[in-house]
Amino acid sequence: MRRQLEGSRAVALTVARCRPEVVCAYPISPQTHIVEALAELVRSGELTPCEYLNVESEFAAMSVAIGASAAGARAYTATASQGLLFMAEALYNASGLGLPIVMTVANRAIGAPINIWNDHSDAMSQRDSGWIQLYAQSNQEAADLHILGFRLAEQLSTPVMVCMDGFVLTHAVEEVELAEPSQVDAYLPPYQPRQVLDPAHPVSIGAMVGPEAFLEVRYLAHRTQLRALEVIPALAAEFGEVFGRPGPSLVSPYRTEDADLVVVALGSVLGTVQDLVDELRADGVRIGALGITAFRPFPVAAVRAALSYGQRLVVLERAFSVGGGGIVTPDVNAAVSGMDCPLTTVVAGLGGRPVTRASLRRLLADLPTDPLVFLDLDEAVVARELARTGGVS
Amino acid sequence: MTTRPVAFYQVGTFAVGNRLLGAEADTVQADAERTNSITSGHRACQGCGEALGARYVLDAAMRATEGSMVAVNATGCLEVFSTPYPESSWRVPWLHSLFGNAPAVAAGVAAALKVKGRAEVRVVGQAGDGGAVDIGFGCLSGMFERNDDVLFVCYDNQGYMNTGVQRSGATPPAARTATTPVVGDAPGNVFGQGKSAPLIAMAHEIPYVATATVADLRDLEAKVTRAMAMRGARYLHVLVPCPLGWGTAACDTIRVARLATESGFFPVFEAEHGEVVAVSPIRRQVPVVDYLRLQARFAHLFSPTVREDVIAAMQARADRNIRRFGLIGGEQ
Repeated sequence: MRRQLEGSRAVALTVARCRPEVVCAYPISPQTHIVEALAELVRSGELTPCEYLNVESEFAAMSVAIGASAAGARAYTATASQGLLFMAEALYNASGLGLPIVMTVANRAIGAPINIWNDHSDAMSQRDSGWIQLYAQSNQEAADLHILGFRLAEQLSTPVMVCMDGFVLTHAVEEVELAEPSQVDAYLPPYQPRQVLDPAHPVSIGAMVGPEAFLEVRYLAHRTQLRALEVIPALAAEFGEVFGRPGPSLVSPYRTEDADLVVVALGSVLGTVQDLVDELRADGVRIGALGITAFRPFPVAAVRAALSYGQRLVVLERAFSVGGGGIVTPDVNAAVSGMDCPLTTVVAGLGGRPVTRASLRRLLADLPTDPLVFLDLDEAVVARELARTGGVS
Repeated sequence: MTTRPVAFYQVGTFAVGNRLLGAEADTVQADAERTNSITSGHRACQGCGEALGARYVLDAAMRATEGSMVAVNATGCLEVFSTPYPESSWRVPWLHSLFGNAPAVAAGVAAALKVKGRAEVRVVGQAGDGGAVDIGFGCLSGMFERNDDVLFVCYDNQGYMNTGVQRSGATPPAARTATTPVVGDAPGNVFGQGKSAPLIAMAHEIPYVATATVADLRDLEAKVTRAMAMRGARYLHVLVPCPLGWGTAACDTIRVARLATESGFFPVFEAEHGEVVAVSPIRRQVPVVDYLRLQARFAHLFSPTVREDVIAAMQARADRNIRRFGLIGGEQ
């Protein structure tokens, strides 16, 4: 059924239909509407059986999910920004223990300066945490990624983070085709843990591993993530059969085939980019866009297949490694190795600054030679501050 | 299988030898069918109070739950010495996640068991004083206030022994640790710092809070049994001497734990819903100095000069406990 829904509500209703058995909630903007909606669904009996725990921190939220998942329950939580960082230690633990927890991250900047608005700094900071990271372009995709996410997590016994842009998606009302409960039940079987805490079959989970086996554990985790690159397309195909609409894909090329220039991006900014592509195409500019849904594991082969020899690339980064550069850029560069694709990194939209078609259009019309560009950087503010502090530019 | 008579002496106590009591009064450990929840061969130090405490706690919990139990462990000595991969000493389902989150993990396990319709499987969380009193305290308080169905046990050896004997929030005043060295005018740990986790637990008004030591193992078993008969958040704080960190002889673990209680330095009591309901009376009071003198971590109080001032301050702490909990001559 198609309905006008706030993104958070669409996700909450979809998550509820995935029948999580333990939900842990701790408020942080812009994720809060999701756990609020789930609280209502549990209290009203629409989502049952489900234990809903109001915990005292994000660290506890992830820790409760770890315990619940190890004891055989389907576990879910949601967070953003500082909250994701506060649970960072537990993120690595959940993936190391191979627990198929699914979590929504309503992407938000990280302070200081404190900032509640959207960028990808939070999730990107946990790039190496061993979680699969899937980025939604729209609320429809955010909802669908949760259904696929639970299936993927449980099939591979590894946790999945569904990233949706804070406010831009979480608080935006748009039309969403909600999955029917019967469809979700057909697609997502009950959780069958690989190993479980059970008095009838005692196991020790979380032993101390020394130099003799640690590398192998990490390597096998890598292998598991790489398997997701095969599993996701298969699950997406099955998704299409069950739900009657295309499932999420690893990457989504848009008018790239004869393009001289391709803008690579993750998340909701792709809507703006695709509109710009249409505009410029109408002007005769051969431009395309490449959306990346799976950031971890990084779909090297799919990115490579979607791009052509000699294409000029612009990687639009919604996060930034201070002192380094783009975070997605090195992965894209590795994917197009030997393809002679000149690449410009454009850092854009940090802390919720709008990434507008006009700004992008200006930038692309006269692409700087500098490999690292900051979109709409207020040079006057920077110059004034550098002059005041006697800093070097 | 019939119970095999086991000789079990508690040397130096007023307790009656087990052989003189009926089978119903046997300790769990005296039972030939005890579960050996943490089995031998682990890598704890000789004389480890925590290994002893954990064995009694978990075997008693296993008996109380008829073998239907899951244990959750914080990082620390107990975790490290019991599970060096690929070995494990645990004969119960056991989960270790992190240092500071064991109460939350235990709450998650309990929630999962409830939602799965397996509430008969009970959850015991375990941590040292670092994991319970310091880094895990936020999660512990959250578990308490939500009244999650977990017995959480703190094995209190009064410091970070696994990392090389650093001060924790449970380290007593004047004690030497690696981060409260014997240097300066006020050597060792500072007076006026530290906290009583059992009293803070009581402030949550949870169903059950108790303290115990490895000197009175029958009492420890009884408290575990009592706790497992209840539902909701329960907290057991067990004093477990650490030969390494306290500088005591491995053979003195029980003795020093007994002196901690008989001096009043460590009060042993039970509380329900925030009110003390029972205390273990001091039967033969000893001066605190007898407790301190056995431990190298307090050696600077006796040499090169005897620090009467510090010893008096320590005695005052014990006296306050005796008054506060009615450990001598109070109503029992």
